[in-house]
Amino acid sequence: MDLSEELLELLQENARYSIDDLARMTDAEPEAVEAEIERLESEGVIRGYQAVIDFEETERERVRAVVELNVTLDRETSYGDIAARIVQFPEVRELRLVSGDYDFDMEVQGDSMREVSHFISDKIAPIPEITQTVTHYHMDTYKTQGIVLGDSDEDDRLSISP
Amino acid sequence: MTIEPSERVETVPPSGIRRFFELAEEMDDIISLGVGEPDFSAPWAAREAAITSLELGRTSYTANRGRRELRELIAENVDRRYDLEYDPDEEVLVTTGASEGVDLALRAVVDPGDTVAVVQPSYVSYVPGVIFAGGEPLPVPTTKETDFKLTTDALYDAGADEADALVLCYPNNPTGATMNGAELEPIAEFAREHDLVVLSDEIYSELSYEHDHTSIATLPGMRERTIVFNGFSKAYAMTGLRLGYALGPPEAIGAMNRIHQYTMLSAPTTAQYAAIEALENCDDAVREMRQQYDRRRRLVLSRFEEMGIECFPASGAFYAFPESPWDDSEAFAEALLEEEHVAVVPGTAFGEGGEGHLRVSYATGMDDLKEALDRIESFIS
Ligand SMILES: Cc1ncc(COP(=O)(O)O)c(C=O)c1O
Repeated sequence: MDLSEELLELLQENARYSIDDLARMTDAEPEAVEAEIERLESEGVIRGYQAVIDFEETERERVRAVVELNVTLDRETSYGDIAARIVQFPEVRELRLVSGDYDFDMEVQGDSMREVSHFISDKIAPIPEITQTVTHYHMDTYKTQGIVLGDSDEDDRLSISP
Repeated sequence: MTIEPSERVETVPPSGIRRFFELAEEMDDIISLGVGEPDFSAPWAAREAAITSLELGRTSYTANRGRRELRELIAENVDRRYDLEYDPDEEVLVTTGASEGVDLALRAVVDPGDTVAVVQPSYVSYVPGVIFAGGEPLPVPTTKETDFKLTTDALYDAGADEADALVLCYPNNPTGATMNGAELEPIAEFAREHDLVVLSDEIYSELSYEHDHTSIATLPGMRERTIVFNGFSKAYAMTGLRLGYALGPPEAIGAMNRIHQYTMLSAPTTAQYAAIEALENCDDAVREMRQQYDRRRRLVLSRFEEMGIECFPASGAFYAFPESPWDDSEAFAEALLEEEHVAVVPGTAFGEGGEGHLRVSYATGMDDLKEALDRIESFIS
């Protein structure tokens, strides 16, 4: 595995690894690691670093929903054009073109079910190319971004073993 | 009356790790780098296969030598990975951990009074195993000067040319040392020249980071005099399922099976189903775990170097074997435990050549590992 591949894996595992630790783990010089990460950032391979949050554990209520979108295209409008408008809304966290029964898979987030419903009915559904929306509210989250939520297993190994 | 333990048992001292274990168990917030088993769970596919086998009611004994399907997969696997060719019917025995394999082999080949050379520092079971089998253990110390690799000098110095058998283990617990094919050649030659049976514990074969694992049994003239032990505990993180296997010429495996059929009957059935799945479908999980260990290994070795703790570049298993900052490794390990609540195992627990060293296991999550290293650093500075 080359350095950039290895760094991407490690940063996906934990974006807060220090440059020094990344260098130790990859047997590279800290300067080389730093330069490589800068390159990955400037070339747009790395687009950001975010915390993985379990909102169940916070005070503030969050509502998330997956929305299936169907659209019609015409000569002037492509999927990309429609997507370019939808991604402008801060409520939209994820947007993907998918294969199968519908066209876009959109994830939205708001402070209440009412807010999310209004957003979909007032902002998304009226977009001329959108022919249908089907909204699925998240009821519980068990795993997100590769991380299993809920209580972590305790280490039941003997503290010292041969 | 009271039951007096037999003399055989009395001659074997309790495990050197025991006292340390008791000290560590009394504390509740320790970070342990003293664990000799993976911190991962077995791959989910293997666990699910075990569960399914239970749902289907597969709870009977298996053939003494293990399920045929499993033996075939083992034979295929060791051939593909290590060029070891063994006949699943005659030359493969599924055992209750590599532990049982080692014990069976010692009992199957050692006659009373036979000398068994044991490379040290090494896993704690070999010397007691030799004694239980009625043999005389002959320690063959390896040192940091040879990166804890076995050399013919070490063998001659210990008088192993007079021995009947030789037990070795690479990648090694506790040192993390490995030996490549070229380094094993002279050992093989020594074994041929002095007519030694070789018992090769290769339980860490999948955890070799600098070169592919070579089994000494693949070297010329070695197959007929070698018994190889391997298993699922380390590579597949299946320690608690207790499953391993032995490979050897038909007469050796046959003799071992003679004991096994009376004393064990068959290895755990549920574990055999898990192992079949592990061999068929868990290569990726093994690779992933190996990569995690390798990253931790590099982190640990770099940190020791930066702290000024001398440590040879351990290249296998999940152990580093640095020099103890104090000459007395037991005193150091005890103080580290008491002051910083970090557990490591003093090298003395692993026999000759271990004094002055510490076994540091990196089978621990990255966050804990880093925290433990920080504490070691602050303790010695
Ligand atoms: C070198 C060595 N051999 C054998 C074993 C035991 O393996 P198993 O779980 O297969 O009995 C261990 C476990 O720590 C070990 O380190």
